[in-house]
Amino acid sequence: MTVLSGEELAHQIEKKFPKSIIESSPECLVVDSGFLLGVAAYLKKTPRLDFDYLSAITAVDYLDYFEVIYQLTSLRRNHSLVVKTRCYRRDNPSLPSVVSLWRSADFQEREIYDLFGISFEGHPNLKRIVLWDGFQGHPLRKDYL
Amino acid sequence: MVIKTEPFVVNIGPVHPSTHGVFRMRTTLDGEVVVDMEPVFGYLHRGIEKLAEERTYTGCIPLTDRLDYLASMTNNFAYVLAVEKLARIPVPERAEYIRVIMAELQRIASHLIAVGAFLNDCGAFMTPIVYMIREREKILDLFEMACGQRLTYNYMRVGGVSQDVPEEFVPALSKFLKVMPGWIDEYDQLLKENEILLARAKGVGILPKELAINIAASGPVLRASGVKWDIRRADPYSIYDRFEFDIPTGSVGDCYDRYRVRVEEMRQSVRILKQALKDLPEGEVRSDVPHRLHPPVGEAYAHIEAPRGELGFYLVSDGSIAPYRFHVRAPTLINLTALRDMMVGWKVADLIIIFGSIDICMAEVDR
Repeated sequence: MTVLSGEELAHQIEKKFPKSIIESSPECLVVDSGFLLGVAAYLKKTPRLDFDYLSAITAVDYLDYFEVIYQLTSLRRNHSLVVKTRCYRRDNPSLPSVVSLWRSADFQEREIYDLFGISFEGHPNLKRIVLWDGFQGHPLRKDYL
Repeated sequence: MVIKTEPFVVNIGPVHPSTHGVFRMRTTLDGEVVVDMEPVFGYLHRGIEKLAEERTYTGCIPLTDRLDYLASMTNNFAYVLAVEKLARIPVPERAEYIRVIMAELQRIASHLIAVGAFLNDCGAFMTPIVYMIREREKILDLFEMACGQRLTYNYMRVGGVSQDVPEEFVPALSKFLKVMPGWIDEYDQLLKENEILLARAKGVGILPKELAINIAASGPVLRASGVKWDIRRADPYSIYDRFEFDIPTGSVGDCYDRYRVRVEEMRQSVRILKQALKDLPEGEVRSDVPHRLHPPVGEAYAHIEAPRGELGFYLVSDGSIAPYRFHVRAPTLINLTALRDMMVGWKVADLIIIFGSIDICMAEVDR
């Protein structure tokens, strides 16, 4: 499996979506959350990239911001890319949902909502998945003890 | 006379023999036909990802045993690969071979339970699964020889495995590899063309190829839908690039295809095991790794082809002795995404076998 360089892709994406890339390195691409859906659709629908398989989504609480990580793969071309986005608010953080592009995001976004408290706008059924509805707090946040 | 009818809600589970653990299907039925289904999880949530943040990297290995307890070896394997990637730790050659041997034995053991439980759900109550548990016991004997455990092994370590296999392991494994293909043939004679199984499973619960890719299904569920995708081949980890094996696929993605793919995969695992046993070198089984491991600041994602699909570990290190973030990409949770699509329109009796054919382990779904 070839790992596509985030740096090279950043140039192509910036041409189409100016100022959409916050950071890029050979390992990953950090996308501004406002451009996330546009960039994700570009990655999925450009035939040369063809990212048809969103293998995993997860989040990390870095205290200053939440980072959400998307592990993208193309089954036809056998290459992969890590895309990240950030959310700087701690109260009612929110990001666009990618369920409309990859349904594999369905349960995983619900899990992030449940354990980190990040809402995903446009998710068809956003509610807690492993904890019960009346549960207070979001356990995977670093300030939850 | 006109009989007034209306759809009604029936909860199947959380404690029900066919839900393979504590899982609830909130079904809406119209007579016997499923018109809607919502999966409800979380009954087995133990917060493993949070617990791991307060343990050392080595201390997390027993936690991984408790994810998919039918395939603990492969859970260990995926986790140690992620730590090795994070801390750039080499693995001795003999340990690599032992890991592959354990992972493939685990795949056979796990598929035996998957197939046996699926046939149980189909109504072949207890007879096939007892045959399959008979064979699985032989594999558990081998695991017990290597690490003293039969369920939660805690066998792999960062930089190798906990201890070398004992002298009697290799002869016992060779003996097992001689008889296992015959056993698989025996199941096929009994079941492959069995009219009742064909009637129950053929054409039932179809997962189309495009949908399977879109929901990121993996493992036998994805391959049964006709996608030739196996991480052992697509992104070879450990030493899988040295072995010859085929990737069995299905054609339509129904319950029967998922059953067939698992049986064929057992044959391929036997093939890999024979090659690995032939080439098994002598030498160290563990590289020199400090007990209190401090990986450099950074992150790593490692994924393997576990019996149930793509099992991945995403680790973030802040340079301390415990992972800053420990995330498990659980194949069975993601394989369940299309459960509703597969079930709507079928009868209650089919719902049980569709669910059985996905082969889930709730301990991994809920974590």
